[in-house]
Parts: sequence; structure tokens; C-alpha cells
Amino acid sequence: MSRVASHLGNVVVLIGGLGALFGLPALAETYLIINATIFAAFAILALSLALIWGYAGILCFGQAAFFGLGGYTYAVAAINFGETTSAAALAILLPTIFAALLGYFMFWGRISDVYLGVITLTVSLILYRFVNQTAGEQWNIGDAPLGGFNGIPATPILNWPGRPGDQLAPENIFSLTVGLLLIAYFGCKILLATRFGRIIVAIRENETRAELLGYDVRLYKLAIFMIGGALAALSGLLFANSVFVSPTMFSLPVSGQIIIWVIIGGLGTLIGPLIGCILMQVLTNQLGTLNQVKGFAWVDPNLVLGVLLVVFVLLVPRGLTGLATDAWRWLAGLTRRRSPAAAQAVQERTSNP
Amino acid sequence: MDYVVILLLQIGSAVASLVLLSIGLAVIFGMMRVINLAHGEFLMLGGYAAITAYNKGVNLWIAMLVVAPLTVGLFGALVERLVIRHLYGRLIDTMLATWGLSLAMIGFVTVVFGNTVSGISAPLGSLSIGGYRTGRYEIFLIGVAALLLVAGWLVLRYTRLGLIARGTMQNSAMAAALGTNPSAVYAVTFAVGAALTGLAGGLLVPLSGVVPTIGAAYIAKAFITVISGGAAILSGTAIAAALLGAINTLTTFAFTSVLGEVALLAAAVVLLRLLPQGITGRFFRRAL
Repeated sequence: MSRVASHLGNVVVLIGGLGALFGLPALAETYLIINATIFAAFAILALSLALIWGYAGILCFGQAAFFGLGGYTYAVAAINFGETTSAAALAILLPTIFAALLGYFMFWGRISDVYLGVITLTVSLILYRFVNQTAGEQWNIGDAPLGGFNGIPATPILNWPGRPGDQLAPENIFSLTVGLLLIAYFGCKILLATRFGRIIVAIRENETRAELLGYDVRLYKLAIFMIGGALAALSGLLFANSVFVSPTMFSLPVSGQIIIWVIIGGLGTLIGPLIGCILMQVLTNQLGTLNQVKGFAWVDPNLVLGVLLVVFVLLVPRGLTGLATDAWRWLAGLTRRRSPAAAQAVQERTSNP
Repeated sequence: MDYVVILLLQIGSAVASLVLLSIGLAVIFGMMRVINLAHGEFLMLGGYAAITAYNKGVNLWIAMLVVAPLTVGLFGALVERLVIRHLYGRLIDTMLATWGLSLAMIGFVTVVFGNTVSGISAPLGSLSIGGYRTGRYEIFLIGVAALLLVAGWLVLRYTRLGLIARGTMQNSAMAAALGTNPSAVYAVTFAVGAALTGLAGGLLVPLSGVVPTIGAAYIAKAFITVISGGAAILSGTAIAAALLGAINTLTTFAFTSVLGEVALLAAAVVLLRLLPQGITGRFFRRAL
């Protein structure tokens, strides 16, 4: 049954993604398309943490570091190169190398989960503070001013490969982002079905046992951490194309948001965090609007998100997908109880746990 | 000569502020293995408690030394009963729940006090050494930090309360069998940790002011200090604070304050690569 549900999930994602890919640009206004692009870019970010936390058990509090680095590398490189294809490649490569360095320190140091969370958090905070103070001439990289608190408002838009100056329209950026999201999602699915993916899950389940079976745990963790870093960087690059880069990309609320998406959607699934991401984005947008209305000033987005996170950790630790699975089982149990044979099977299962 | 004295005072002040920032966290994390990601917001709350009391006409010293720790201590006790208690032994879940708490606190304080910087001017005036000047208040903070460390050591080492606390942290089942109530010990420990954090928050207001989001500026330093310190909560925190504070100040003097913070982080990451259990995981293992 769970296999059926999983195939069903794949089909739903594929149809939803393709539907958005072809439907939205034809129907919606530009404002809506840009918003949807941001959602899809964030969904890739959610996917990156869903992969390394949900499947490899690495709780990284600093995915925002790779997200921001991806965006900034892209912006700086694109301004200097005058064309964006190589800048985009560099924007993925550099954060991945950074993830490799950071991962080397953490996994070869055999730091426990908790310390790992704190170190990644610290790294993204320090990057945030560093980038925040880069206003002024001395912080120009080539032709690109880092701009400190204001970021780089003139972040170049992607151009068609080989045709500098021929920029992609918002609809194209949207299609690209959703297309990459679909590729990333199914890529992760396939990755997890390979031998590599199975070993990653084995390490999550029991690190010592995996090591005793002869796998170099550190290497596998480093590899999946780098993949997560690359995905976050990709997300940052796409985000930079629909908004612009600014130090907030590195900030605590961004790191926090990603974790909230994963927790609310359901840890240990890929689809859950995507759903969590979209839901929370819509919710934050609504709250942000509501917050401005007179009489609703107490509806601070941070307050609502924080309370929601505490409630989910305490009461719904398996997230929305966990809830949905339980509901599905319960419904299936209801329909099946009608037939006597199935009722007996259920009874046997409950009496023989 | 004057320059050396002033540099030493600056280092002392940096070390003292690291000790103040992290001592409450060291108590909560070191003794209970609870990662309190709302630590920065506890500091922020302490700051607001002190400022609010001061603006209501309370004496500055009472506001900082009494009102701030009491408020945050009570708040900590409440949080422990409502949230943390359900999550003991689930490290990651505690981290997430306290993160949620931190976001909620930022949101709440923003709604109540607005997103602006408030502050108190530093008391005690300044002190000149040769051609340089430094605040007397910073020297006062060095004293407070030292006093807290010594008092903490005395309590843990020589009082019955300290003995019960250490016993419960080492083996709560055994301590319970001997007639203590671990649940109560945890609650008190968490409240004490929160109160120490509140005290630090109040004391730091004259130096750095307070905004709802100031926690983010504190939390990284506090965690890095506690984790680099390792298992021994008091001596570990003190040694790590001394080391990191010195690195921070010297780099700040040589370059800029941001590079000072980057150096602090880099030093901590390298340190953890060499000593994954922290300084007291390798050296001074029997210290407190």
C-alpha cells in the first residue's frame, strides 16, 4: 500500500509540476509568475535539507550559508564576466567546495549531531555578519560591489547560453526553475534508490553498524552533504534571478524557515518538505499582509512561525505527511473492516504485535 | 606600557563578556544536555526586563542585577514546565522546539516594544590610563564574571544542592533511587541557567543596547564558547572564553571587529577538529 501511495505521490508531483510548468506562464500575470518562481526556488532549498536531514540524518542549521553563497557567487561572477552561463556554473561549484571544506572539518572531526547543528548555524551567522558590513569601495570584487546591507540590487538576469545580453523573460525563469525543481526532486528519488542512497540511509539508521560493515561513513556523509550544498546553491542562484541578492539570504530566519518546512511537511520524505515549503510561503505572505492591517499588528510572522514550530515538535512530530499517512491507514482500516476476513487479519495483527 | 595595560583590559573585558554570555547556556547544556537555541532571546529578554524596570524608575543596579535575572528565571521555569519537560532525551527535538520558542519570542517582543534599539548609558564613568580611556563599567563586568565563576564552583563543590545537581546529571536513575526528585532538579537547574542568562542580558544592555533580534548576535559566540569548553561547565567555559576572547580582541586590534569574529569562529572550528570533545574533554578532565 505504501508503494502505491509513493507512486501516487510521484504522479501527483509530476502532474502538478508539469501543469505549473506549462499552465501558469500562459494564464497568470507577471507578478504571480515571479512569486511562483520564488516558491519553486525555495522548494529546491527545502529539498536540499529534506535530503541531508531526512535521509542522511545530518541536521544542518546552516543551509542558508550555501543558499547565500550560491546567490552571491552568481551575482559577482555575472557582473564580472558579462555573461551568466559560466557564472551559474561557478555559483554551484563554489558553495559545493565550501560544503566539502566544512564537511571535512565536521565529519573527520567526528562531531556529534548536535555540535554539527551549532557549527553550521555559526558559520551561516558569521557569513551574514561579514556580508552585512561589506559596504564601500574596499569590498568590491572586480566590478561588483558587495553592497553591504543593501546587497546587489543590480543582480544580472540569466541570459541564453552563448548569447550575452539576451536575457530570459520572467516566464522563462519560471519554467527553468520549475523544470530544475522537477529534475532535482526525481534526481533525489533516483539517488536514494541507488546503492549510494541505500548506504546513506543505512548510516542514518545506525552509523556504527554501517562502519563495521566496511563503509567509510565520513566519505558518504561528506558526499551527501556536498550534494545538499549544491542544491541549496542552485536554489540561491534561482532566487537571485527572481529577486536580487542581499545579506538576508544568509540570515537566521532563512535557515529557520527551511527547518520549519521540513518539520511541518514531514521529516524523512521528499514530498513533505515541498508541501511544507509552499504552504508556509503562502502563509507567511498572507501573515505579512495581515500584519499591516490595523488591529492585526500582533500577528507577527515570527511569532506565528515560532508557535507553529513548537506545536508541531510537541504534537505532530511526523509532520503533515505523517498525519496524512495515519489518516490514510485509518480510512483503509475503516473500509476493510467491512469484510470479515480482513477484520480477522487486523485482529491478528493487533493481538500479535 | 599604557598600551599593554589597555590591551590587557580589553582582552579581559572580551573574556568577561564571553563568560557572561555563555554561563547560563553552560549550566543548561552542560548539566542537562539540553540545547537551548532560545538562549540569545533569553539574553534579549533580560535586557528588556532591565530597561523596562529602569524606565519605570527602578534603580539601575536593581534593574540589572535583580529584576532581569528574576524575570528570565521565572520565564525559564515556565518554559521548562510547558515545553522542555516533554522533550528530555530528544536532543534534536529540544533544539527545534527552542528554536520555535526563539522565533516566537522575537515576534512577541517586536510586537510589544517595536523593532527599535533601546539602551541605557553606561554607569560609573570612565578611567584614564596614560593617554587611553576605558569604561569603569567594563572593569566591573570583569569582576562580575569572575565572581559568577567562583560562586558557581563553590555551590557545585561544597553545597548539598550542588551535590544533588551533579549526581542527577551524572545518573538520574541512581539519584532518584537515593531519594531525589530528578524532575524538580531539572526544573531548578533550567530556571537557574535562565536566571544567569537574564543577569547577563541585563548587564550587557549598557554596552550594546538591545533590539528584538539581538539574540542572533549573541548565540553563536555563546554556543562556540560552551562547546569548545567541553564537559566541565565552569572551568571549560572559563578556559574557552579566555582563549577565544584573546583571539577575538587581538584580531580586532590588528584588523577590524568583523574579522575578529571571523577569527573567533575559525579558531573554534579548528579547535573542535583537534579536540572534538572540547578542551576539558582532553585536559583537566576532573575539573568542574
